[in-house]
Amino acid sequence: MSSNIFILLRQELLLSLLIFILLFIKIGKERSNESILNLINGLLFVNLAAGLFGMTEGGIFNGMFTTNAFIVLEKNILNLAMLLISMQSYAWLKNHKQLAEFYLLLFTSLLGMFFMISSGNLLMFYLGLEMSTIPLAAAANFDLAKRKSSEAAMKLILSSAFSSGILLMGISFLYGTTGTLSFDVLTAHISNNPMQLFAFILLVSGFAFKISAVPFHLWTADVYEGAPVAVTAFLSVVSKAAVLFTFTTILYKVFTPIASVWYGVLVVLSIATILIGNLFALRQDNFKRFLAFSSIAQVGFILIGISGSSQAGSASLVYFVLIYVFSNLAAFGVVSVVSALAGKENISDFKGFYKTNPFLSWVLTIALFSLAGVPPTAGFFGKLFLMMAGAAKDNYGLIIFASLNMVVSFFYYLKVVKAIFMDENEAPIQKLNVPGITKLAMYICMAGIIITGLASLVYDYIYSLSIGI
Amino acid sequence: MNLSLLILLPLLTALLILLSKQLAQIRVIGLVGSLAQLGAASWLLKLYMDQRAAGNTATYLFETNTTWFKALNINYHIGIDGIALAMILLTSLIVVAGILVSWTMEKLSKEYFFLLVLLSMGAYGFFISLDLFTLFFFLEVAVIPKFLLIGIWGSGKKENSAMKLALMLMAGSALVFVGLMGIYYNTNTFDMVEIGKMGISLGVQKFFFPFLFLGFGIFAALFPFHTWVPDGHASAPTAASMFLAGISMKLGGYGCLRMAALMPDAAHSYSWIIILLATIAIIYGAFATMMQTDLKYINAYSSISHCGFVILGIGMLNKTSINGAVIQMVSHGLMTALFFAAIGMIYSRTHTRMVAQLGGLLKVMPFISTVFVIAGLCSLGLPGFSGFVAEMTVFMGSWQNPDGVYRAATVISAASIVVTAVYILRATGKTIMGPISDEHALLSDATWNEKLAAGLLIIGILIIGLAPFLINQLIMPSTDFLMINIDKAITLK
Repeated sequence: MSSNIFILLRQELLLSLLIFILLFIKIGKERSNESILNLINGLLFVNLAAGLFGMTEGGIFNGMFTTNAFIVLEKNILNLAMLLISMQSYAWLKNHKQLAEFYLLLFTSLLGMFFMISSGNLLMFYLGLEMSTIPLAAAANFDLAKRKSSEAAMKLILSSAFSSGILLMGISFLYGTTGTLSFDVLTAHISNNPMQLFAFILLVSGFAFKISAVPFHLWTADVYEGAPVAVTAFLSVVSKAAVLFTFTTILYKVFTPIASVWYGVLVVLSIATILIGNLFALRQDNFKRFLAFSSIAQVGFILIGISGSSQAGSASLVYFVLIYVFSNLAAFGVVSVVSALAGKENISDFKGFYKTNPFLSWVLTIALFSLAGVPPTAGFFGKLFLMMAGAAKDNYGLIIFASLNMVVSFFYYLKVVKAIFMDENEAPIQKLNVPGITKLAMYICMAGIIITGLASLVYDYIYSLSIGI
Repeated sequence: MNLSLLILLPLLTALLILLSKQLAQIRVIGLVGSLAQLGAASWLLKLYMDQRAAGNTATYLFETNTTWFKALNINYHIGIDGIALAMILLTSLIVVAGILVSWTMEKLSKEYFFLLVLLSMGAYGFFISLDLFTLFFFLEVAVIPKFLLIGIWGSGKKENSAMKLALMLMAGSALVFVGLMGIYYNTNTFDMVEIGKMGISLGVQKFFFPFLFLGFGIFAALFPFHTWVPDGHASAPTAASMFLAGISMKLGGYGCLRMAALMPDAAHSYSWIIILLATIAIIYGAFATMMQTDLKYINAYSSISHCGFVILGIGMLNKTSINGAVIQMVSHGLMTALFFAAIGMIYSRTHTRMVAQLGGLLKVMPFISTVFVIAGLCSLGLPGFSGFVAEMTVFMGSWQNPDGVYRAATVISAASIVVTAVYILRATGKTIMGPISDEHALLSDATWNEKLAAGLLIIGILIIGLAPFLINQLIMPSTDFLMINIDKAITLK
């Protein structure tokens, strides 16, 4: 039993170890930021690599914590994203005073997400969710000199608290009607009972807040804009992915008896999310706000995939998130470098960018194409498979709507590409000296964008692990 | 021969171009790469004809079927019939000519040649695909290079044109995607051969055929979705115009043809709409061309009219008309590429494309003027050139349809040739005859690379024009196969 804990909790324990190492670094002797950063990136790499070994299935703490190959894969994706974000914030963190604290916060949040994904009980789930949210609010405040950064932190913590409250209310109603919080037992007690439906709606609203689905998206743009780029990247990729994974697990595992109800809810949510995300993304000039709205639209597409509720549904979700990690982080990486070295964050600043920074331009362009879903990038396959999973329900109206919206999203992504390649600019951003490790992260993203799509192995592997209703 | 070679060759060329440093190197790699494509395509033609002569009657030759996404039943299934082979030959010819006329391109030359080659890869992949997913994949691969080529190297309001083109083509592929989903969830496969065998139920056909046909129709400048054509072609750099009109619009025509064969019942019941739209495109394109003063716009609008014949041929759904549509695709591809090449040559020397500002060019550039005239004569369908063969076949085919409305459409479409003659003769006359202005008096004639490019395309035009039985030999057996399904559908009615 005791050895079992070490195996099943391997990833969580390793991450906790990392947190302790960071604490010791902080209280130990003075070191240069560069050496700490290199150490952390090394450790994160080890952390990612360790997750790839042997996957056992099982549960501990009376089923509070469960794990299997699929969950380990999801955690590995989050680990990968964490590593990439860390590598890409090198230029920003190099001169930051509170470096160790920054990582402490992000790691704690990641640890919370791991517990949330693995939860087999709504209580555990809530614990993990809170553990992942609160450190993030502090991290959003990490551009210490900027007022906007503290504004973002305030908005994030308030809206999170609000959504957690709603979530908790839903959970307590569920407990009141069923007398249990364990996933395995809950399923048998779920029915079309109005109280339970109400609890379900509260639960979904809480989730929708976290993944910023419309109409619960209002905090997103301001927080994304104010927070430091690294935190924005973490919020939009890691945090969203973790909640989506959990959301799908809960829908597919617990709420199976009312699948037809949540199918309708998901369809409505996804239509609203895609439409609003797209319409607002059209008019943004701040790059982070732009990516915020585009990521809202992406979530809408993900919801279509989830609504398919088949094995292909959950497979296409994880597959898309993996692709989204590569493409969104590549885009954020470029924005992060430009913001740290040139202090510019507007799309109009990127005019004429290709003349001075061809490498970064291509990285950004390919990333945007992948987000738009243009072949041969992986985004094409990701989006198509999501829609294919959704179309399995013969819901062609939704598919027509979504594919026409892909054209709209195509327009705003192309607008950025146009600024980079075609627009004239008297004073373009000067030639930037990209740190080697950030370049490496970008190469990894590029390789990911190409390989994840064309090599069918990745999808087949994810599909073999995933489960439907 | 493994057909994947046709994708790998451009891919390899593109990678080598990325790795090379100097302009001279890039050009040579581009040319060698495109010549290798032409060589491969010709070799493929020889192998294909040998197989057919040896009595191989399979619908598709050189088939390979590899599993791609196993869980979703997506296969990388490739193979060709005569129609696809004709398109592949057309593509390879235009690629060589396109690389040759871009010889002097100096602005960001590496990116330019890279994107040209990438575009050709998309086209080859599209023509060899027998799996609808793969087909769709390559259809979209070819969109982005077009956007960048027009937006970066174009002229005039290039950003707008590039954006318009990219968005309209993406909307086209979105419609195609919806149609594909419909087919997939009713047959559980993307494989065109299998779907052709098992057939699709009538209701599904009727609902999804419009999506597919309109989607591909946007690529083929189907009225009223033709508006990307004039701006896109006029703003694009010369080689990109050639690729766009010569190859890219053919993706649409080819797609429409395949869809009509895949869903013959729907194609038959909607044929009157298809024919109506095609006739409007033919007439509208011709009259709109009359009003144009810019040489590139003239050719772009006439392309709408000419591509209307392709759609008309497909809409008539009989053997001769479909044959005509295929020949018209090849012929129009060659002719319009030649036209754009000639316009590009004139523009690079005179720096204007306005008919009013040009004149007497025959005196200083006899070669280019001759090319220009040949392209014009082919466009208006003079016997001896490919345009005559193609349009004649389409008309003969469509006349076979005894219905009065269809006859009327045929007559109206045929009448458009007179309009074509008016604008072509007017434009050529004003441009190359008459007095020459002083500033143009010292200009030089075509260089070796331009001569070679034009020569290649002219040879293609003349082969079809003078020996039409050659291309017929290639495509007839394959149209016979297509007709089996279509005839079945029509006789059922």
